[in-house]
Amino acid sequence: MSETATVLDTATAAGAAEPRRRGRVWQRLRRNRAAMAALAVVALLVLFALAAPLLSALEGQDPTTFHSDLVDSATGGVPTGSFGGVSADHWLGVEPGNGRDVFARLAHGARVSLGVAVGATLVQVALGTLVGLAAGLGNRLADTVLSRAMDLVIAFPELVFAIALMAIVPEGFPRPVLLMLVIGVLGWGAPARVVRAQVLSLRGLDYVAAARLGGSGRWRVARREILPGLAAPVITFALLRLPVNVASEAGLSFLGVGVRPPSSSWGQMLSTATTWYETDPTYVLLPAGLLFVTVLAFTVLGDGLRTALDPRAASRLRAGTRRGNAAPRRAASAARPGAGVPAAAADAATPPRTED
Amino acid sequence: MLRFLLRRSVSTVLVLLVLSAVVFTLFYATPGDPAILACGKGCDGDRLAVVRHKLGTDLPLWDQYWHFLRGLVAGRDYDAGADTTHCAAPCFGYSFQYDQPVLGMITARLPVDVSLTLGAMVIWMVVGVGTGLLSALRRGGATERLLTGLTLAGMSTPVFLIGLLLMMAFCSWLGWLPFPQYTPIADDPARWAANLVLPWLSLALISAAAYARMTRSSMLETLAEDHIRTGRAYGLPERRIVAGHALRGALTPVITLLAIDVGGMLGGATLTETVFGFDGLGRLLVNAVNHIDLPVVVGVTLFAAFFIVIANAVADVLYAVADPRVALA
Repeated sequence: MSETATVLDTATAAGAAEPRRRGRVWQRLRRNRAAMAALAVVALLVLFALAAPLLSALEGQDPTTFHSDLVDSATGGVPTGSFGGVSADHWLGVEPGNGRDVFARLAHGARVSLGVAVGATLVQVALGTLVGLAAGLGNRLADTVLSRAMDLVIAFPELVFAIALMAIVPEGFPRPVLLMLVIGVLGWGAPARVVRAQVLSLRGLDYVAAARLGGSGRWRVARREILPGLAAPVITFALLRLPVNVASEAGLSFLGVGVRPPSSSWGQMLSTATTWYETDPTYVLLPAGLLFVTVLAFTVLGDGLRTALDPRAASRLRAGTRRGNAAPRRAASAARPGAGVPAAAADAATPPRTED
Repeated sequence: MLRFLLRRSVSTVLVLLVLSAVVFTLFYATPGDPAILACGKGCDGDRLAVVRHKLGTDLPLWDQYWHFLRGLVAGRDYDAGADTTHCAAPCFGYSFQYDQPVLGMITARLPVDVSLTLGAMVIWMVVGVGTGLLSALRRGGATERLLTGLTLAGMSTPVFLIGLLLMMAFCSWLGWLPFPQYTPIADDPARWAANLVLPWLSLALISAAAYARMTRSSMLETLAEDHIRTGRAYGLPERRIVAGHALRGALTPVITLLAIDVGGMLGGATLTETVFGFDGLGRLLVNAVNHIDLPVVVGVTLFAAFFIVIANAVADVLYAVADPRVALA
C-alpha cells in the first residue's frame, strides 16, 4: 500500500501534471545543506569549463604553447620555481617536460571532462529510455529479449570493452566524441532497467487505465501518460550516473586510450603526471583534486535530489535495497509492478565502481 | 533446485555464445584489415594474400567465426604452406605480432590479477562489511554520519587517484614501502605481499565504500522485516537477533555482488595495474589496443567476459541456495 504511494510520489514528482510538487521538491532540496553546497560547486565547475577560453585569455596563456625556458632541462624538464613553476604569468605553474600552462590546460580539460560525461550520460539515458519503454510497453517476447539484452550489457566488463572499442576506430576520429559514444553506448543497460521498471508500475495505475478506457491509443498513452512519469527517476539516474562517467573518461584517458595531447582532460593530465609525482607533486594534485571534487559534488547532489524526490524511501534506507545491484535477475524481478520502483531505480543508479 | 541449476547452465552457455559472436563480429567486421596490421609496413600483394590466407581473413565472416569456435574446442592450425602455426586447444587466437598463442599470453599474466583481486577482496570485505554493519546498527548517531560521509568520499575517488596518492605518500615522501614491483609468490612470499600492499589498498578502498553502503541498506531492510519484529516481540536479545537471524538475510546480496566483482577484476584490474606498473591482463589489453593486435584484443575481451558471465551464474546459484524462493521464480 505504502509502496504504491511511493511510486505515485516519484512518478508525479517531476511530472508536468503537478507544478506544485516540483516546488516542494526544490524546497526539500534547499533544506539539504550538503546538496546545496554541492550544487554551488557544480555551478562553479560548469562556469570554469564554459569560460575556459576567457579565463586563459585573462591569464594571457593558451593550453598548447610550449615554454621550454620555464623547465629545467638538466633535471629532465622539472619546472623551475616553487610549486611547479607558479608565477604571475602562469597561475598554477607549467607542465613538466614541455612547459604548457597548467591553468589553461585544466580549464580546457574541464570542458572535455565535463562535456564527455554530459554527452555520454545523454546517450545512455536516451538509449535506455527507448529500450526501457519498448520493453515495458511491448509484448512478452519483446520484453524477454530486451530484458536479456539489458542483463548482457550490464554484465559486460565496461572498461575492458571501452578500451577494446577504442582500438577499432580510425585515428582521425575526434577522440572526445568517440569517448562520449563509447561510454554512452556501453552504459544503456542500467537506465533501460530503471525505465522498464517504472513503465511497468505506471502501466498498472488507475489513471493510465482510465486513459486507455477513454480511447487513447498505445502511442498516445505512452507519450501523454507514461513519459511524464519517467522524468523523476530518469533525472535522478542521470545525475548519479554523471560522476561515474566523469571517472570513466578520466580512467580511459589515464590509460592513454582516451584524449591525447595536445588536447587535455583531467585524466590525460594525470596520465602524464605519473612520471612526475616525485619531482612535481603540484602537477599531480591539481587535476586529482579537481577530479575528486567534481565526482563528489555530483554524487552528493544526485543523492540529495533522490532524497528530495522520495523522502519516505530515503529515510527508510537512504540508499538502495537488498535486491537490485546484486545480480541482473533480481533487479529484473524487483521490477515487477508494485515491487518498490524507487528503490530499484535508486539501486541501479548507485554509482558502480570504475575498477575493474 | 536441479531444474534451476540446469536452466541456469543452459542460459549461461547461450549467453557465452551470443557474447563471443558479438565480440568477434565487432572486431573482425570492422574496416581495418588485420592482415595488413599483422604483416607490418611495406607488405604488398602476394605476401599480403599469404598472410590473409594464414589468418583466415580471406574467408567470409561466419566461416571465420566457425573456425574460431572450432579452435576453442579442438585447437587450430594457421596454415600457410610450409609455414604452419599450430595453436593448441582451447585456442583463443594467435598473436602474430608476438608470435605466441593468445591463451598463453593470458595465463602468463593471470597470477598478477589473481593476486591483486584476492588480497584486495579480503580487505574490502572486512572493512566494507564491517563499516556497513556498524553504521546500520548505530543508526542516527554521529558514528553513522561520519561513516556515511567517508563512504561517499571513498566511492567518489577514482581508483587510480587513490593509487597515485598512496604511492606519493608511502613510497616517495615517507619511504616506508618500496615502489611496487610485482614479484611472483613462489619467488618470495614476503616481497610478494610487501609489493602488493598499496595496490590492494587502493583497489579495496573504493570497493569497501560500495560494500559498506550496500551492507548498510541491506541490513536496515532486513531489520525492518516481519520475522525480525517477531523475534523482538518474543524478547530475543538484540545481539541474537542480529547475529542469528538478520545477518544471513542481509549478507546474501553482498555475497552475490562479491562473486560478480571478483569475476570482473580477474578479467583485468586495468587502472590499478597501470598505476603500479604491473603487467597483468589489463595492461595486455591496453598494449594490444595501442598496437592494434586484434587477436589479443578479442582474446582478452572474451576472457574477461567469460569471467563475468560465469561469476553471474555463480552469483545466481549462491543466491538461490541462500534464498530458495529465487529458484522457484
